[in-house]
Amino acid sequence: MRIAVLSGKGGTGKTLVSVNLAAVAGTSTYIDCDVEEPNGHLFFKPEGISGKEISVKIPKVDNELCNGCRRCVDFCNFNTLAYIKDKLIVFDDVCHSCGGCILVCPEKALTEKERVIGKVQKGFSGEVMVWTGIMNTGEAMGIPIIKKLLVKKQREANRPTFIDCPPGSACIVMESIKDADYCILVAEPTLFGVHNLNMVYELVKLFNRPFGVVLNKCLEEENPAEKFCLEKGIKILGRIPFDKELGTINSNAEIIINKSEKYRELFSSLLKTVAKEVQCHETTTDS
Amino acid sequence: MKQLLILSGKGGTGKTTIASAFIKLTDAKAYADCDVDAPNLHLIMGWEAKPEKTDYYGLPIAEINQELCTQCDLCRENCRFDAISINEKYKVDPFACEGCGVCAYVCPVEAITLKPAVSGELMLYSDEEKVFSTAQLKMGSGTSGLLVTEVKKQMKSATDDAELAIIDGSPGIGCPVIASLSGVDMVLIVAEPSISGISDMERIINTAAKFGTKTAVCINKYDTNIAHTEKIEQFCEKQGLPFAGRIPFDSNAVKAINNGQTTVDIDCTSGVAVKEVYHKTMNLLFEKGGG
Repeated sequence: MRIAVLSGKGGTGKTLVSVNLAAVAGTSTYIDCDVEEPNGHLFFKPEGISGKEISVKIPKVDNELCNGCRRCVDFCNFNTLAYIKDKLIVFDDVCHSCGGCILVCPEKALTEKERVIGKVQKGFSGEVMVWTGIMNTGEAMGIPIIKKLLVKKQREANRPTFIDCPPGSACIVMESIKDADYCILVAEPTLFGVHNLNMVYELVKLFNRPFGVVLNKCLEEENPAEKFCLEKGIKILGRIPFDKELGTINSNAEIIINKSEKYRELFSSLLKTVAKEVQCHETTTDS
Repeated sequence: MKQLLILSGKGGTGKTTIASAFIKLTDAKAYADCDVDAPNLHLIMGWEAKPEKTDYYGLPIAEINQELCTQCDLCRENCRFDAISINEKYKVDPFACEGCGVCAYVCPVEAITLKPAVSGELMLYSDEEKVFSTAQLKMGSGTSGLLVTEVKKQMKSATDDAELAIIDGSPGIGCPVIASLSGVDMVLIVAEPSISGISDMERIINTAAKFGTKTAVCINKYDTNIAHTEKIEQFCEKQGLPFAGRIPFDSNAVKAINNGQTTVDIDCTSGVAVKEVYHKTMNLLFEKGGG
């Protein structure tokens, strides 16, 4: 069971939901795909950390062999290469690693070298296996790190897996939900929250993923996110109240289910609801 | 034109709430929403007229002519993005394709062409006095950085005499953020007093520093955790970063936003505090030798 937690808008509670679901599930895997701003590890404080650097391939020029034909410059759609003052220059950080320049060079003046863009780390917090992707600051693209985090062998067969996604609805989010069995959309009751919920709703529909919504920061007043779900016939998986105590515990990067019986119950019932939903979607797709 | 960019690293700390208040307070002649992934500023800026819309073409997408294709497999072997799959026919996954053109280059029978693809929409609101540039990236698209650059270009070309431009940024530290940083005079970071917020703030400060952009910090919802608020202030002092002030948590802020208003349109505590942050920020932005 692979569950992606996403939201469109930032700060709605993706990490709160995914961390606590993984914690309440006991033996589980938590994967932080918000590689630009990973926060799950701050809550889990994993031990026995092992890590691996992630690199991408970028072109390397042999200026002795380069004859200045500029075929690579013309070929590159990302403006990574420029021929200035009789010298080929590579702008590393805009390279998409497509390998095209190497293919088109008639002089074999281009080869590839590795460039480190970040790392992935694995550790344990009790029974929870915690994976974190961290992109180096100044880098533009975290997708190669996410791809590494989500390779299938890391999906331990019988462990439920929770994927904490980055905000937004661009390529980086799409990459994170591609192989998910189920998506949880976390929404907050604001005008912005609903507008961005609508976007991720379109995204999960586009990728044909089964999904449901968790309403966070719920107040007594009318909830525009709830209204949206009711209008669209979206399954509401659970509600988390707006609660100052929860806010304080969360701001101290503590896992709420370990601090409050009330929230342990809330998240275990949410987990049961989600598991039931996943099962029911599996049987409908199997039959 | 001086350009102020509002960023946060972490999402949901209040970038748009603060940007919209600043725009109202300064009666900004030019402003933009660079959060093309999840734009929200247009929801509260009260433009009644419809914007002028333009399709945004990002990178092209490969297309295979089945009649010419000889199924030699070279395109699939050479694609680094796993964008080509075989299932009776060779097919391009438009979401995985990055438009590099390697497949078209290696194809021995010229069966592959790169076709322009719409990957978002630019929107420009304008009247005699003001311009507001914004955009919406198409779902799952990968060219958010390029679209951000277009949003800023559109804003600049629509205004000639604006003294100040206010730009609402996106969360994170990656490609749209880096694109939004280029050419701005100052970044105001909206921090949140939590362990996650501090970690994310440090990463966005490092990112801005790499591009040499002058940076100031303010704290939103400061009273939700005073200990962390103090830590952020100490951090700024140690790093020599100007501190632009504290804004309290205020349930009226949410009410204002949900009514399509900014926090300075109503009488509320966060509205009063944001005014002070605004004045300090403007002093920093326009101070001698600044920017």
